[in-house]
Amino acid sequence: MSSTVYHAPGTVEDAVALLSADPTARPLGGGTDLIVQMRSGRLSPGAVIDLKRIEGMSGVRRVGDAFAIGAATPCTALKANAGLAAAWPGVVEAANLIGSVQVRNRATMAGNLCNASPAADSVPALVAAGAVCVIAGPSGLREAPVEAIPVSPGKTSLAPGEFVVEIRLPPRPAGGGDAYLRATPRTEMDIAVVGAGVSLVLDGEGTCTAARVALGAVGPTVVLVEEAGAALVGTKLGDDALAALSQAVQAASHPIDDKRGTVSYRKAMAGVLARRAALIAASRAGAKA
Amino acid sequence: MSKIRVSTTVNGDHAEFLCESTSSLLDVLRDTMGLTGSKEGCGSGDCGACTIMLDGEMVCSCLVLAPEAEGRTVATIEGVAEGSVLHPVQQKFLEHAALQCGFCTPGFIVAAKALLDRNPNPTEAEVRYWLAGNLCRCTGYDKIVRAVMAAAADLRQERTPA
Repeated sequence: MSSTVYHAPGTVEDAVALLSADPTARPLGGGTDLIVQMRSGRLSPGAVIDLKRIEGMSGVRRVGDAFAIGAATPCTALKANAGLAAAWPGVVEAANLIGSVQVRNRATMAGNLCNASPAADSVPALVAAGAVCVIAGPSGLREAPVEAIPVSPGKTSLAPGEFVVEIRLPPRPAGGGDAYLRATPRTEMDIAVVGAGVSLVLDGEGTCTAARVALGAVGPTVVLVEEAGAALVGTKLGDDALAALSQAVQAASHPIDDKRGTVSYRKAMAGVLARRAALIAASRAGAKA
Repeated sequence: MSKIRVSTTVNGDHAEFLCESTSSLLDVLRDTMGLTGSKEGCGSGDCGACTIMLDGEMVCSCLVLAPEAEGRTVATIEGVAEGSVLHPVQQKFLEHAALQCGFCTPGFIVAAKALLDRNPNPTEAEVRYWLAGNLCRCTGYDKIVRAVMAAAADLRQERTPA
């Protein structure tokens, strides 16, 4: 760890150059995963590239009715943004389940995503919301859906020299609502045993016209379950639709047994949480944005 | 490897220090600046014993790299009392015996003050959620929560003209 160099570049281009120059270099946002992993010896990067001195990297920008969230924006700053909290309450709540106030004052959603934990709380909510990453790299900027970033525990699809610059959330659709729920033994300072994010749209009659469902901690990555969203579309979220949702969610869950939960418990809870999150999202969809 | 020079503000005073690129801010505060009030419990952001204020937000100083403090404003437990006059949170911790071994106490006081600075009238549930990132293995938390609620009442009276 003592051989790690610290850089605080002022531009995205300089950050890309520094990351490209050393394949072991890591971008530093809030550091609540990176620094812990460096201290434990799990990671020993040749350099850490602090993103917080780059303009626009910290803070939420409104782009019309959409939102661009800088990669170094701490989770608590999301809650402080009234427009974002009203448009995407599920995402903001999910990000503010992570760790403690101390941790959330540093931790970022981009870091939560790129740490690539299957149990990352903000990621199922972002996937359900249809969030997109803007990624900077040696060949310029590109965009990718959030669900394309994690590929296995701790591994991402980012190429050498690339880092996430911002996360974009679309405008909240008319009649749209979202929610994220997780199962943990404790209410705070815990890691999701199962997590479920739902984002849906209801028309004037209360019929679901679009739905996205994403799960955490039931596989090697957060997973978008298209069949689960499809189970809700065209319904009014009656018992049959919710049962079909739970069934689709359980079929897509391939969790492991570990100290935090068993396979059967996780599968059962994935169905329960998706159902509850869908109902919360629906109640929010009914409310005016 | 050459050390990094960092210029910052600590408890209202300008401060400069030299550090390794991956030193924690906690290590610099304790070992370089002699501010040993902030403690290292876990070193992984779980226990809150190293809680400080960084640009007005409470963070675990074990999870801040010292060079990140360049140009930032740092406030530690050492700056909470005004001279020999204890802050109401400190006074109520004493009156309610809200500590035993005392290792977690600086972190709890910095965190509790941060809460009361923005919300002088918290509910007990708000206090408990706010302090979820501070672990205490002695008190069982009840005396700590009572001390914070008492400090809040104390601070509100001071602000209300009689």
